[in-house]
Amino acid sequence: MTNQPTRRQVLAQAALIGCSLAASPLLTPLSLAATPGQNRLVVIILRGGMDGLDVVRPVGAPGFAALRPGLSDGGHDLDGFFAAHPALGDLMPLWRSGELGFVHAVSTPYRDKRSHFDGQDLLEAGTLDLGDRRGGWLNRVVQQVPGAHANMAFAVGQGGLRILDGPARVSDWSPDVALRLGPQARLLADMVMRDDPMFDAAWREAGRITDGFEARAAEAAPQHLQVARFTAAQLRADTRIAAFSLSGWDTHRNQKHTLRPALTRLSDVLLALRADLGDVWAQTTVVAMTEFGRTVVENGTGGTDHGTGGAMILAGGALRGGRVVGRWPGLAEADLYARRDLMPTADVRAPAAWVLRAIAGIGRSALETQVFPGLDMGEDPGLL
Amino acid sequence: MAWGLAGLMSYFSPAMAEIRFGYGLSPRVAPPKDADRMIALLAGPDLAARRFPIAGSDAYRQHQLARQAAKRRYKRLRETDRKGDARAAIQAVQHRAIAEARMTIVQTLLRRSLSADAFRERLVAFWADHFTARVGSTFARAGLPAYTEEAIRPHVAGRFGDMLRAAVMHPMMLLALDQKVSMGPNSPAANRRGAGRGLNENLAREVMELHTLGVNGPYTQADVRQLAELFTGMTFDVRSGFEFRTAYAEPGAETVLGRSYGSATPDVADIARVLDDLAEHPATARHLAWKLAVHFVGDAPPPDLIDRLTARYRDTGGDLLAVSAALLSDPSAWTAAPGNVKPAEHFISSACRALGLDQSNLGALTHDQVRRLVLRPLRRMGQEWNRPPGPDGWPEDDKAWITPQSLSARLQWAIDFPAHLLPVLPDPGAFVGQALGARATPAVGFAARAAESRADAIGLILASPGFQRC
Repeated sequence: MTNQPTRRQVLAQAALIGCSLAASPLLTPLSLAATPGQNRLVVIILRGGMDGLDVVRPVGAPGFAALRPGLSDGGHDLDGFFAAHPALGDLMPLWRSGELGFVHAVSTPYRDKRSHFDGQDLLEAGTLDLGDRRGGWLNRVVQQVPGAHANMAFAVGQGGLRILDGPARVSDWSPDVALRLGPQARLLADMVMRDDPMFDAAWREAGRITDGFEARAAEAAPQHLQVARFTAAQLRADTRIAAFSLSGWDTHRNQKHTLRPALTRLSDVLLALRADLGDVWAQTTVVAMTEFGRTVVENGTGGTDHGTGGAMILAGGALRGGRVVGRWPGLAEADLYARRDLMPTADVRAPAAWVLRAIAGIGRSALETQVFPGLDMGEDPGLL
Repeated sequence: MAWGLAGLMSYFSPAMAEIRFGYGLSPRVAPPKDADRMIALLAGPDLAARRFPIAGSDAYRQHQLARQAAKRRYKRLRETDRKGDARAAIQAVQHRAIAEARMTIVQTLLRRSLSADAFRERLVAFWADHFTARVGSTFARAGLPAYTEEAIRPHVAGRFGDMLRAAVMHPMMLLALDQKVSMGPNSPAANRRGAGRGLNENLAREVMELHTLGVNGPYTQADVRQLAELFTGMTFDVRSGFEFRTAYAEPGAETVLGRSYGSATPDVADIARVLDDLAEHPATARHLAWKLAVHFVGDAPPPDLIDRLTARYRDTGGDLLAVSAALLSDPSAWTAAPGNVKPAEHFISSACRALGLDQSNLGALTHDQVRRLVLRPLRRMGQEWNRPPGPDGWPEDDKAWITPQSLSARLQWAIDFPAHLLPVLPDPGAFVGQALGARATPAVGFAARAAESRADAIGLILASPGFQRC
């Protein structure tokens, strides 16, 4: 260790002497140009490695059909060069109205080992490498907001979301934790929890979260729609940042059929958010990102294997969409990463940083050093 | 065996011994009558492991070998019409290994429910977390129960240095922290592949930062790098386990914390030596003393307690039985006020013990029931089994465990689970005292009487703050 304490050391010391985390110099909230106000951000982690080349197909690129003979038919034309996957038909009205957009040929700084777990860890950490354990990048966003309250950010769904890990307080809830309590049991639980202030606070918060939502949870909608509706309900109230994950993107075989359900779920989630958010949709940006893209060449079993460069999906009423953003690297063998993967031409953290700059007014230097250490944001793509 | 704990009798309480240092009160197991008895049990044979065995790595290695063979077969057959069958064979091997691993949670819960030596079970969980091996895939995680069983468990009442060696040299740790792929920059293997590649510092850094000296310890980046070079050569083979591969090892001596290790000829004994020295380092003594105090006593433990545990560790060269005895003999560890919040797995374990669950109910759970009634609820409570958030293990901070979601998931589980496992639930009025002892409050007593069903009453008692703290 060098003499300069790392943030982890500071945290460990803070834990040791029990002082307030907010007192550590590296956590001091920076002054912001603007408070988050009414803008909403939803981050969706697409677990499994979404094949960006199949979702946003470069049909105008020479050789595309030959590289992917079983994965190039059909699709919805986007801009003459790119076409959206056939399963995204329901989203095409959003594309036309500018509420849907894509960024192509992006990746995290993760390279070569192509492990889902490490890739997702890095995507959620938002750091340059895995050794840099600073919690999740969305938690660091909350740390940048003065006076943030616990409901401001929400992790929705089962299991931990590392993207929101960290010292800033965030809420979590999984709609399938359906509290099936009768009215009497609920009253008694209120009473029992009052014995201990920490339990009492968490229990009251649970009551607040579930009030008015229970009836819907009982509808037994599919899990992903429950998550979307719950998220929308929170964003209509106090919450400004929400994150959840969707899995099912690891399409090693028969991708023509296996990618469709995952895309349909994502499409349904975006449409449910839009419907349930109502007028708040106009102030909402959705960022969907994955740990890596997949190989350029279709494999021997009609699927694709773990790759590098991929696509990011953006949606929301606040978006200036209807565009595929990014520098296209080409598909010739010499243009590929390691002669097999789409060459990433930008860091996937950069568009996320520009979104944060636009909606939360976080300064560029804070974004490049605190939220996404080691990031060069490059030029403003004007996403919002 | 006398540990000079007689003076402690005024602090000791059998109920507190179970609640703070075990898995809580049981209707079937008498609490220890004094601390000498607890230490005597810990120093004695590991009866719980004999009674509820968990297989070691040999069994897991068989699964790994079977999986390799199935994968080779798939490669041979993938251009033929038997490829579907070959793929199914790989999956069958994986499912078998994963299901076997999942069922070990039942053995673990039975040990915690029924052992008279519950302090040992707590120590196993503590040290297994200290030496967290975080691996990714479900199949890789199926090797973790064996890791805890053979690298951690045998050493909880032994020397820390022995546990350190067993953990650091275990295939699961070598895999989790990338040691398996690390090679010395000047090793024969790296020379063949091009200079300057191959060193991975991950394990070396975590051994100093997490396992021994602690993040505030007196080491530099140069020490990390030197230790990483000294560690090169450690790897494993699926057939035989740990292996020292000299072709990967960096030739020459390395200097770690000012001391020189190794020579021109790489030797695994040099790695054992540096680990022994790290284990006996004063910074390690303090780091471990602090962790033990935080875990067993509270998030902000008394500094004197840390000093006394540090001193005992240093005086005994890292004898964990002596350090555990020092913990039990310290009045500041026995404050009656409720202590740490139980992590989710601890919470469900102590609920099993409070209900007196045994082989006839817990032991009869099917694989599907284990997933539905134990593993899935644990995930909702924020502690997916064997999937800690980082190599530093699960959080100690109470607040990390009591969030709106996890508290709701605990209450719902506490209502549902006992009713699934027991044909007749205990009488709620009696269960309050049985589960909570002196921790029973008027509110819990009232809830036990006023609930509209027995299941609700038992759930409210188990989810009460008094039960959820140590």
